[in-house]
Amino acid sequence: MSSFSWVKEFRASRSRQRMMQLLLRVTIGILAGIYALFPVVFIISSSMDPANSLAYSRFVPRNASPVNYQRLLSNPIYPYPRWMLNSIKVSSTSSVLAVFLTALSAYAFSRFRFRGRRPLLLTVFLIQVFPNTLAMVALFLLIQQIGYYIPSLGLNTHGGLILVYLGGVLGFNTWLMKGFFDSIPRDLDESAMIDGASHWQAFRHVVLPLVRPILAVVGILTFIGTYGDYVLARVLIQSKEDFTLAVGLYTLVATQYTQQWGVFAAGALIGALPIMVVFLFLQDQLVSGLTRGAVRG
Amino acid sequence: MNTVKVRARGAFRPLAFFLEAIPRIAPRLLGLAVVNAFALWFLYQLVIDGVWFLSAAISIIALGINVIFLREHLYPFRWLSPGLVFMVLMVAYPVLFTVYTAFTNYGDGHLLTKPQAIRVLEKEQYLPEGAPTYQWTAFRSPSGEYVLWLVADNGETLLARPSEPAQKVTPGQADVGPLGEDGIPQSIKGYQRLSRVDSVRFLSELGKLAFGQAPNTIKINTLDQAAQYQQQYVYDKKQNALVDRATGTVYHADDTEGVFVSSDGQALRPGYQVLVGWENFQRLLASPALRGPFIRVFIWTVAFGLLSALLTFVLGLFLALVFDDPAVPARKLFRSVLVIPYAVPGFISILIWVGMLNPELGVISTALQKLLGWSPPWFSDPWWTKAGVLLVNLWLGYPYMMLVCSGALQAIPDELYEAAEIDGASAWQRFWNITLPLLLISVGPLLIGCFAFNFNNFVVIYLFNRGGPPMADAMTPAGHTDILISYTFRLAFASRRGADFGYAATITTVIFLVVAIITAFNFRYTKVWEEVSESV
Repeated sequence: MSSFSWVKEFRASRSRQRMMQLLLRVTIGILAGIYALFPVVFIISSSMDPANSLAYSRFVPRNASPVNYQRLLSNPIYPYPRWMLNSIKVSSTSSVLAVFLTALSAYAFSRFRFRGRRPLLLTVFLIQVFPNTLAMVALFLLIQQIGYYIPSLGLNTHGGLILVYLGGVLGFNTWLMKGFFDSIPRDLDESAMIDGASHWQAFRHVVLPLVRPILAVVGILTFIGTYGDYVLARVLIQSKEDFTLAVGLYTLVATQYTQQWGVFAAGALIGALPIMVVFLFLQDQLVSGLTRGAVRG
Repeated sequence: MNTVKVRARGAFRPLAFFLEAIPRIAPRLLGLAVVNAFALWFLYQLVIDGVWFLSAAISIIALGINVIFLREHLYPFRWLSPGLVFMVLMVAYPVLFTVYTAFTNYGDGHLLTKPQAIRVLEKEQYLPEGAPTYQWTAFRSPSGEYVLWLVADNGETLLARPSEPAQKVTPGQADVGPLGEDGIPQSIKGYQRLSRVDSVRFLSELGKLAFGQAPNTIKINTLDQAAQYQQQYVYDKKQNALVDRATGTVYHADDTEGVFVSSDGQALRPGYQVLVGWENFQRLLASPALRGPFIRVFIWTVAFGLLSALLTFVLGLFLALVFDDPAVPARKLFRSVLVIPYAVPGFISILIWVGMLNPELGVISTALQKLLGWSPPWFSDPWWTKAGVLLVNLWLGYPYMMLVCSGALQAIPDELYEAAEIDGASAWQRFWNITLPLLLISVGPLLIGCFAFNFNNFVVIYLFNRGGPPMADAMTPAGHTDILISYTFRLAFASRRGADFGYAATITTVIFLVVAIITAFNFRYTKVWEEVSESV
């Protein structure tokens, strides 16, 4: 009997210990959650605070109003809508082109066996170790040089910026996509080719429809990556009208941080929202792509 | 096999074969022709300007495309070619060009290539003594082009257009109308005579123009007088020098310094780019003015990369462990909330943090002020700025580590823990002896990747405080939180002393070396390379 009560007591203490442990975990979770959400909540409330100054910003704004959003969209000195459009234009063009170029390369690496395939594939892997932002000086000089002869791809043009972005995104994405292409059975496109389809037709009508998920992932990753780029846009684009959002938002803040806080907050929120929504919805797919060896850039 | 088949069907007919092949290869040849025409046009310009390095890259790309599309057995490369062109031009070329630039004096004062500099200098003009002078009348076209009607002292008249030799014209002939009472044509076809008032109005525009053709160009001196200028410098290929025609001085090209200098040491501006050997590297390592800031920046770069990787890993792993227990209520919700920093574009979150930490007005600073009566000088004190950047970077980076660690934790087999528990290992012992070692196998390469990423994390450094506060005692512009890449940016684009691309490229070359070493280390001591090689 005595030994039985001992076990009971032990179990009770175990379960109490377990409860305490779970409680501790939840507490940590709540604290960490506050840490994670603090800046986001803060920026939401600042954007609705008509005071528009960092000095008066507080957590629960008095007289919440959309006046900062109106100020943001109608400010002639800081053409925010232009910046937003520029960013969307540059990033979407880059991602569409990147998807197209990587799909071609991935198909070749996945379906053909040819001399030089292996070294080339490894080179593609190695070359992405050097992110092209490192070579910003050389890229600046290169784009300047190209601009002397082809002005529409020179400095201060979105064309030049897109060219540079494309160079930077191909390496990692080629690997990501090739892996996915490999998982599509070769019999499918080979049987199409036995029926007389060319490589191009097999690629276009058999393989591409099957790899749509990875096309979307590569497209979205490229969009997020180029949208968030500050360095290259800053180096290559010089006129305020042509700024991308990252560069524009910084100039807005750098000059009048404390007085324009509410307007900045509104801009930051509008700028971050599309990316956040896409990211949180497609989290699983994107994260599995990102964590295959790449840190977000 | 093929030839056998062809023979079997009948004699091999080259002409028929060729005619059959045309529709098949014509589009390809046409495409190649377009590519080649474009490449040749581009190369022609580059060669004229002496831009050798880029010319070489373009030649290689163009040659490669031709070979790939003409040789049948290189068919797979046709699929790769668009991507390869971008990789060569936008990734490989810039890396090589950076290393090349590190060995040149490229920068303000030496921005042009030698042919370009000669062309600029040869446009300089001077007014020789006793040069013919003229009275001028300007005619302006609606699109803003000008011609001059010139009357020399001896009464001779000339018509001068930009970059055409000035010529005698009989009034009433060609496009020139009959003379008016003042001896000046009343009209020139397509142009309108400027009144005295308009001449004054357009004088500054007119003064910049050169009429007639080199070397005898005519420029407007004053409102009343134009004179025949002459080209001042003429390049003499034999002497490799520019000769000043006004004074007879010979400016020899100094191809080690990249300037034209006379024997008494006078140098012409602009200079041009030349290879300077290891000079930039010597400056980096030997010049006290440059070595000091460079070493300090280098140390902080390594520290920043290491600390960022370590802090994000510790917090990320801690949170992953906290939510590794499936019994935690609302576990999924917690996890999605904790990932939010990862979803906000980095540049936006950094700027928000900068606002929150603002020493006078930011919420965090004012809250600390109220609680402790003191808040840290986040942006003016070197150490607090460093702490601030690390704090912001921790917020930005821990979700990635958390995600990675959560995945890796699930891959550790439960039996190991059960066995350890039976052996009486404490939770702490289990963590140190099972979890951490096994985790590091899969997460280790990512930690190294995280270090390499933060080693070059320009955005967080620059947007937080532009690398500042500035080092007061440094001879070159450098800040206390500058990392190598932001220091490079300063030297190349944001220095008041002018751009020094050569020196900036030297530092970039150092970064390349470090990144290459990290990568080699990563491949040597982890299984990444084997995995990559296998999945080929």
